[in-house]
Amino acid sequence: MSEAAYTQILNICAGFFLLAAVGMLSRRQFAGMIRLYAAQGLALAAIVTVLGIREGSVELLAAAVGLVILRVLVLPALARRALGAALHNRRETSPAVSIAGSLLASAALVLVAYAVARPLIALDPSATTAVLPIALSVVLIGLFALTTRHNALSQVIGFLLLDNGITATAFLATSGVPLIVELGVSFDVLLIVVVLTLLTVRLQAMFGTTDLDGLRELRD
Amino acid sequence: MDTVLIFTAIALPLVAAAVCGIAGWRSTVGVAGASAVGAAGLLLADALVLAVHVTRTGPVTVAGGLLRADALSAWMLLVVATIAALACWASLDYLAAGHPSRHGARRYGVLFQLFVAAMTVAVLAGNLGVLWVAVEATTIVTAFLVSHRRTRTALEAAWKYVVICSAAIAIAFLGIVLIYYAARHAGLDSHQALDWAALTAHADRLDPAVTKIAIGLAVLGFGAKAGLVPLHAWLPDAHSQAPAPVSALMSGVLLSVAFAAVLRFKAIADVAVGPAFLRTMLLILALATLAVAAVLLLGQRDYKRMLAYSSMEHLGLMALGAAAGTRLAIAAVLLHVAGHGLAKTVAFLGAGHILHLHGGSSQVTAVRGLAARTPLLGGLFGLAMLALLGFPPAAVFASELGIAVAGGAAGLGWAVAVAFALVLLAFIALITRTGTMLLGTPAGPAEPAPPLGVAAAAPLVAGLVLLAALGTARWPVEHLLTAAAAVVGAS
Repeated sequence: MSEAAYTQILNICAGFFLLAAVGMLSRRQFAGMIRLYAAQGLALAAIVTVLGIREGSVELLAAAVGLVILRVLVLPALARRALGAALHNRRETSPAVSIAGSLLASAALVLVAYAVARPLIALDPSATTAVLPIALSVVLIGLFALTTRHNALSQVIGFLLLDNGITATAFLATSGVPLIVELGVSFDVLLIVVVLTLLTVRLQAMFGTTDLDGLRELRD
Repeated sequence: MDTVLIFTAIALPLVAAAVCGIAGWRSTVGVAGASAVGAAGLLLADALVLAVHVTRTGPVTVAGGLLRADALSAWMLLVVATIAALACWASLDYLAAGHPSRHGARRYGVLFQLFVAAMTVAVLAGNLGVLWVAVEATTIVTAFLVSHRRTRTALEAAWKYVVICSAAIAIAFLGIVLIYYAARHAGLDSHQALDWAALTAHADRLDPAVTKIAIGLAVLGFGAKAGLVPLHAWLPDAHSQAPAPVSALMSGVLLSVAFAAVLRFKAIADVAVGPAFLRTMLLILALATLAVAAVLLLGQRDYKRMLAYSSMEHLGLMALGAAAGTRLAIAAVLLHVAGHGLAKTVAFLGAGHILHLHGGSSQVTAVRGLAARTPLLGGLFGLAMLALLGFPPAAVFASELGIAVAGGAAGLGWAVAVAFALVLLAFIALITRTGTMLLGTPAGPAEPAPPLGVAAAAPLVAGLVLLAALGTARWPVEHLLTAAAAVVGAS
């Protein structure tokens, strides 16, 4: 793959990766958010595939397959299962920041990510690390969703977004951390989502809603 | 020898978990109960041998560097094993005294042992990736222990706990990824770049700008698991809702295990970017944590939450000691880990019995005149509170004094003054509430309370005896503490 083609393909994949994150902020319907999350998983796998082809690394190509299985198939399926429990509120009803505000904030977060990433790019300027700010933007957007959304399922999706951003950072900066760590991390993330899904189901059973505004008993 | 010692420490709780899973937890002296307590005792013995071994021969690594035992891990393992043994012992009584179902008891037994296993791996990790996976595993396992009672509030606490801690620890992972990035560009190969020993040895070659961001994120993330601000909101909820023996483990050791991870990152940062960077960050975290804890203690009406905020106060003090960073300061911090761990374990176990006596009400005002109604329980809880407040001969007295003196010597006199002013506020709040609980006049006629049984009181007494022993004679561990401080680069 020529340098120019590599840069272009990588940038396109990263563009879709960021677009999916912003798209998730703009949605109120959970079903749409989960579809966008699966699409973002595909974009992430595409980024890793492009890196793998460029470096001729079988390990990275295998990691891309693993990413598709976990983030395009398994995790969205789990999120849909939690959604099944929350039949009556399939929408985020009460975000602390309105949708329009969220979109403006995500634009600001992208700028912040570019500022933060400057030392990272300075350490090793290349076409690959030039995309790092995109990955960090998704980390920040995920944190933003996690803190401003008040529905259990929205928070799960915020956490998944955060995790996608971190995974993208890991692959772009270092072609992935060592395999054993990567496996441990993926397993942990899977378990966290299982735990959150179980808790969502129990919340629904006990509170009759997954809206966390009902969770106000413990406070000082 | 090395391999056996390290793998035994991890295998013991796993075996106990398997036995609990197969045999179930039927009565106080069932197979599962016996194996759980037995495994905890053996773990303690293993930790003692390992501590002697590493002080004689220096650090040992196994499994290609993934696991490592040095003086710091040996000390932390010793604390984990001691408190796990006490909490496990108390679990026998907790499960016997009115546990709902056999299924629930079995689940409790398995999760409890897995929790201990995850902490064992976390303190014995030689690789930052393994450390991360182990600390994250503690979140996953304890989430189910926090929601064990299946009440609305327990569920609410578990949700907050998982969301805040897993997001925080994800941020810490981003930090670890960036350390790996800096290390690869400093010429370390992929096996070494997350290896803690290799990283500290070559820390001077890491890019300072990238390392600053990386360490900042890692300390923020692991700091959240240690109950430091700004991501501390989960702590009072989770610690007050979990079953008493689990609260004891979470508050007594899990916080310190996460804090020990912060010390490991500090060792890298001090060489890579100079000691001023983390000193400033830790000072801010320490004073802010102390301030939040003191303010919320002043208005506290719930005694389990009171104990939780007191944990934040103590972790704030540890962060202050770490900011001072001298060998004396770190040794005092590590002694404080043990002192606070033991005292908080006894206090939470006592609070569990008090909660049981008062029909599940954790309001301070519901528990008046405890000392007259049940002198043994009241006395043990009172002694644990006095130990937490820093009265001698408990080890907390020696370690708080050590942190203050070392902080002053390191030129942080003003911070020490502010910190101890906040500790004084917390002291006033804690002693008034404890006074009300123990000596206050009951609102109605004083109902006689059933006395605390010998089996239930034994772990509490053992904890207090250990605490006083550690406070009066610390020479057996002095050498280990100094060696542990040296491991994380304190001079």
